Amino acid sequence: MIVVEDIHVTFGRGTPLEKHALRGVDLTIPEGEFVTVIGSNGAGKSTFLGSLAGDVLAEQGRIAIDGADVTRWDTPRRAGLVARVFQDPMAGSCAALTIEENMALAAARGRRRGLALALGGERRKGFRDRIAALGLGLENRLHDRMGLLSGGQRQAVSLLMATLAGSKILLLDEHTAALDPATADFVLDLTRRIVRDNRLTTLMVTHSMRQALDYGDRTLMLHEGRVVLDVAGDERAGLDVPHLLALFAKQRGGVEISDDSLLIG
Amino acid sequence: MSEIALFGAIEIGLVYALVAIGVYLSFRILDFPDLTVDGSFPLGAAVCAVLLIAGVNPWLASLAAALAGAAAGLVTATLNVRFKILHLLASILTMIALFSVNLRVMGRPNVALLMQDTVLTPFYGLGVPDHIVRPLVVGAIVAVVVALLARFLGSEFGLAMRATGVNARMARAQGVDTDAHIYAGIALSNGLTGLAGALFAQTNGFADVTTGIGTIVVGLAAVIVGETVLPARALALALVGCVAGSILYRLAVQVALSADSIGLQASDLNLVTAVLVAVALILPRLKAKARSTRVAR
Repeated sequence: MIVVEDIHVTFGRGTPLEKHALRGVDLTIPEGEFVTVIGSNGAGKSTFLGSLAGDVLAEQGRIAIDGADVTRWDTPRRAGLVARVFQDPMAGSCAALTIEENMALAAARGRRRGLALALGGERRKGFRDRIAALGLGLENRLHDRMGLLSGGQRQAVSLLMATLAGSKILLLDEHTAALDPATADFVLDLTRRIVRDNRLTTLMVTHSMRQALDYGDRTLMLHEGRVVLDVAGDERAGLDVPHLLALFAKQRGGVEISDDSLLIG
Repeated sequence: MSEIALFGAIEIGLVYALVAIGVYLSFRILDFPDLTVDGSFPLGAAVCAVLLIAGVNPWLASLAAALAGAAAGLVTATLNVRFKILHLLASILTMIALFSVNLRVMGRPNVALLMQDTVLTPFYGLGVPDHIVRPLVVGAIVAVVVALLARFLGSEFGLAMRATGVNARMARAQGVDTDAHIYAGIALSNGLTGLAGALFAQTNGFADVTTGIGTIVVGLAAVIVGETVLPARALALALVGCVAGSILYRLAVQVALSADSIGLQASDLNLVTAVLVAVALILPRLKAKARSTRVAR
């Protein structure tokens, strides 16, 4: 469960480039809910995810995760509660480390790291079983460096890594945007499976309105640092991409945006 | 090359192998170009020499030297992590400051160890010539350090340290306190260098403030030579490569200096080393460039 109360984030305060990226976001996300987040460039989507992960600290407001007030916690401290997959496949894993080393890193998330061997016999076997379940044949490549994998494989392993430490919240920041369409579909299906099997509370930022409506239980639209649309259930089921576009245009003050190819999908 | 010169080269190579491992930790594993070693090496020598003269047990004196080196590393790490000074500049500041510190520690520019017991004393007079005892004892210490460090880097803490150097953003997202790992890694790196300084003082019988000049370049040269002769992905092998690189580097220098026909003198050492490191750094770049232009055609 995530509770966000009136958070504000400003970048470059007091400079000519000052940007009020979040202007009072209020939100409650119950446990196990899968929320998709859309919005144009600069709407505050990534900043919002960053503020949940701890990369960006809110200057005002409060964030609670699973009952703990994490507003002032930094990223490493929140990592025990929150798992993430980034847009750039290179960003979410260590290219120079092996697949199993990356998994061992993720498995220790939220725990104190001591001098025990990171890869004992038992753990290796556990990792092999988990990665075999992806169905990508990676179980025989545990000693390969992560950098040798394709973007799709890296995102798949990153998703798996997100589940290794038992955190209950998953943040996906356009994690399929850098992939080709077929691979993106595979990663999205895997996402759906992993979220369901692990009962994860999930926020997925996407540029695709189609994805935003097809996946998850609830859709948020952000605009200029505020939540301008929040739909779920039947209301959401009745929505289609043209509706969303129309709603979106209204938020932009009636400006026609159907030619904005980034938003159609 | 005489037998004594050969074993002398191996001995000094083994002493600097600890520097090479320290440099490998900072430059390669943490991706933190740290020049502090130019100060922490003579610091280790100075601390050890002063303690030996004061009658302290040589092993304790060596440990104290390692701790002093680690403290110097912590200063650099603090300047960088806490006060956001560029890592290179932070380490240069510490290095310059250590020159004065080392003079204070010794009270004069150099200290001779003539009659003092060292970690080597118990092994002299066992029937093995002194010039062979020294590389054997230092080699044993280096072997222990390599084994311990390989195990450490395979631990959860060590793995997190490696991740910090490779992809700090990912490491933080996985709950790694990257700042703490930079502190620990730079302290460890300079601790090993301090220990190397202590062994240098004990094998050579003196500590001198000027012995630190160029330590970083010698360490880097050893790392690069090691990577060339032993291009290993496994960490333990990479550490062994640092040791091998350090010894090979010293042997090459010894050969170059003892070949009269080239006309090099001992004082040319730093120039030779700098040229060697520069060439080793430039070659891969030129090779890659040659390859890419070929592809472009």
